[in-house]
Amino acid sequence: MLTSKGIKNVKEGFPLKIQADEVKNVDIDFDQDFISKMVPKLDWNALIFAAQCVGHKEDLPDTLPEGYENDEDLLRKLHHILLEVEVINGCLECPETQRKFPISNGIPNMLLNEDEV
Amino acid sequence: MKLKELESWLQDVQGFSTPRILLEQYQTPPHIAARVLHTAQASFKDLEGKMVADLGCGCGMLMLGASLLEAAHVIGVDIDEGALEVCQENLTEAEVDNVELIKADVTRMMKDQPRFHKFFDTVLLNPPFGTKHNPGTDVAFLQTALEISHGAVYSLHKTSTRTHIVKKAGDWGVKAEVLAKLRYDLPNTYKFHKKASVDIDVDFIRFSRQK
Repeated sequence: MLTSKGIKNVKEGFPLKIQADEVKNVDIDFDQDFISKMVPKLDWNALIFAAQCVGHKEDLPDTLPEGYENDEDLLRKLHHILLEVEVINGCLECPETQRKFPISNGIPNMLLNEDEV
Repeated sequence: MKLKELESWLQDVQGFSTPRILLEQYQTPPHIAARVLHTAQASFKDLEGKMVADLGCGCGMLMLGASLLEAAHVIGVDIDEGALEVCQENLTEAEVDNVELIKADVTRMMKDQPRFHKFFDTVLLNPPFGTKHNPGTDVAFLQTALEISHGAVYSLHKTSTRTHIVKKAGDWGVKAEVLAKLRYDLPNTYKFHKKASVDIDVDFIRFSRQK
């Protein structure tokens, strides 16, 4: 979701590469309806890329299969990767400038310096 | 959850440790936050099971309330490190997991970003009132909120700016419904405040796209 598009001269700034130094798994109740409504809003390739970065690629198909709304197994995997895997420490890296946005204590810092905008 | 129960939960929320005047950091009073959120859920069903954002989340009063009212996921955005630290403590203390924080400049990160366009079901904000050092911040926050929500936006604005805010909403083709006029008890947070606390009138407004 996040992008470095705010940096000057950056065209797309997406997807950001996730470097996960510390990951925490949390437990959240599965809401099938919510996840299936969220899927069409996601950029599937970016999601796969993000999953890959945090070591969960093996769980997901390369393209979004049709009829995903009723594929509970897939929706559960998405639920896990979207909501339960939390990067506590690490960084997000801009694909164009390699500018790194640090993640500390679970909070990504997307602020830019005045000379970067 | 009953209004009273929600309010008592929110009373445990810690305020800003070192409030910064430039960011107009004032904590949303628990009784106001509780009322705003309770109305959003009880009258409009805008929280339970929804994707919610809190812009300028500060200490997380609105986020926490939304989470307690069973929002599916709540994302809070704030520019200030100190506020986010307190916010995270509050969220951890209340043991809520369906929340996420991002440190960013709200208007810069989300405005005119197609990826965020109508991404959220509901957006909450208690924006800087746009006085003193931040003229127009309230409107900029509101405009961003409307861009990223495909459903409703709940916001608090000074009653004295009502005409202006309602007109802006009209210009953007958005319906603005003043749900309540509230008395916001602003405690003496900053040195320039001469009185111990000042009551100001605040409108609780629900914005929605016209069908």
